[in-house]
Amino acid sequence: MTKIDTSRPESVLPTPSHTVGPFYGHALPFPGGGDIAPVGHPDTIAVQGYVLDGEGNPLPDAFVELWGPDPDGNLPTVDGSMRRDPASGGFLGRNGVEFTGWGRIQTDANGHWSARTLRPGARGHNAPYLSVCVFARGLLVHLYTRIYLPGDEAALAADPLLARLDAERRDTLVAARRGDGTYRFDIRLQGEGETVFLEFQ
Amino acid sequence: MTLTQADIDLEIAAEHAAYVKRLAEGAPVEHQPRRDYAPYRSSVLRHPKQPPVAIDVTKDPELVELSSPAFGERDITEIDNDLTRQHNGEPIGERITVSGRLLDRDGRPIRGQLVEIWQANSAGRYAHQREQHDAPLDPNFTGVGRTLTDDDGTYHFTTVQPGPYPWRQHVNAWRPAHIHFSLFGSAFTQRLVTQMYFPSDPLFPYDPIIQSVTDDAARRRLVATYDHSLSVPEFSMGYHWDIVLDGPNATWIEEGR
Repeated sequence: MTKIDTSRPESVLPTPSHTVGPFYGHALPFPGGGDIAPVGHPDTIAVQGYVLDGEGNPLPDAFVELWGPDPDGNLPTVDGSMRRDPASGGFLGRNGVEFTGWGRIQTDANGHWSARTLRPGARGHNAPYLSVCVFARGLLVHLYTRIYLPGDEAALAADPLLARLDAERRDTLVAARRGDGTYRFDIRLQGEGETVFLEFQ
Repeated sequence: MTLTQADIDLEIAAEHAAYVKRLAEGAPVEHQPRRDYAPYRSSVLRHPKQPPVAIDVTKDPELVELSSPAFGERDITEIDNDLTRQHNGEPIGERITVSGRLLDRDGRPIRGQLVEIWQANSAGRYAHQREQHDAPLDPNFTGVGRTLTDDDGTYHFTTVQPGPYPWRQHVNAWRPAHIHFSLFGSAFTQRLVTQMYFPSDPLFPYDPIIQSVTDDAARRRLVATYDHSLSVPEFSMGYHWDIVLDGPNATWIEEGR
């Protein structure tokens, strides 16, 4: 039965997840999905990496969603990530001024993804981080992880999640700073160096 | 060795029996599929082997994951929820109306949030370049829609009945007709991507993707209900499908205090 009777709480049970399958590419990704940072913003960072399977092969049919606060730690409430054009039925792209905090990026044929967003600010006792949700063919339930940025080692050491992890696993959540000013964050779904994935309760 | 439907049937039955045994031994009901479900071969190298690290959201109201991205009128055009009007001509197929409510685990409506759908056309073909099935493309059907839920959490789509299609995992593998749904809640923890099926599809027992939901009652929640009150006279057949997002949200914290 798929009419939920909200007057009977015991009947309100979760809808199961399913894989996105292989054929979402004409539906979910949109132009500028990874251009989250407003144009020319001084706190822009670039993040890039691969999504890899248990044999170390990159996934050409995965996508990631990023969600994070602005540099002051405030979470955006503005819409407009995927502005639509009523004239053409296509996408207008972001307006380049407002920060929505959210982006969706498909891996390319090499299994590589990249995004430009704003350096996240800290919230509460947590070190600054971007929330990541990973979807792929073969993944029956999406996976959550986090991208922490290197630099403020004291903040990372005090982070309630990172502090619970042993060193090797912890490092899978901290992006690597690259010489070209970008950050590298690979997502390993399985096996050696498997990324830490999260479950919220 | 060629992988047959009979091989997959045996694996599906074994997974189901293992779940029934776990239940009998007192394990909790599994509302979600396991990420490691070998009858769906694509899962084999793509599921983590380490257990996920649990985060208790009641301990920290500042978690980024307790809020959700916002979507609004700018992200939608008026015909985005009518997949039969996105081209110059009418798509081929049986027109359907699909509607329901988006709810949280407490049965409260999720208002003003983005619902995205995508599907095959009436011949069982996706408008996707990598699709190899040689059923005809329909120049008047892309099979992509989006809408925002209203104040009651209700969404509404007009589309055509998708066809079942073969998918080559094993010999004679067919997917039951379905519509893909992507959903956002009031917290990023509630994110959901899933598939809606149609009543009494004879392909259900053979399909390792729907059978990956091993709990019988949970699997039934993926199947829409025919609803005559949603059928539009002289136009479309109506299907009702309510969606309940799993995952905690910020209101849980308030109640926990």
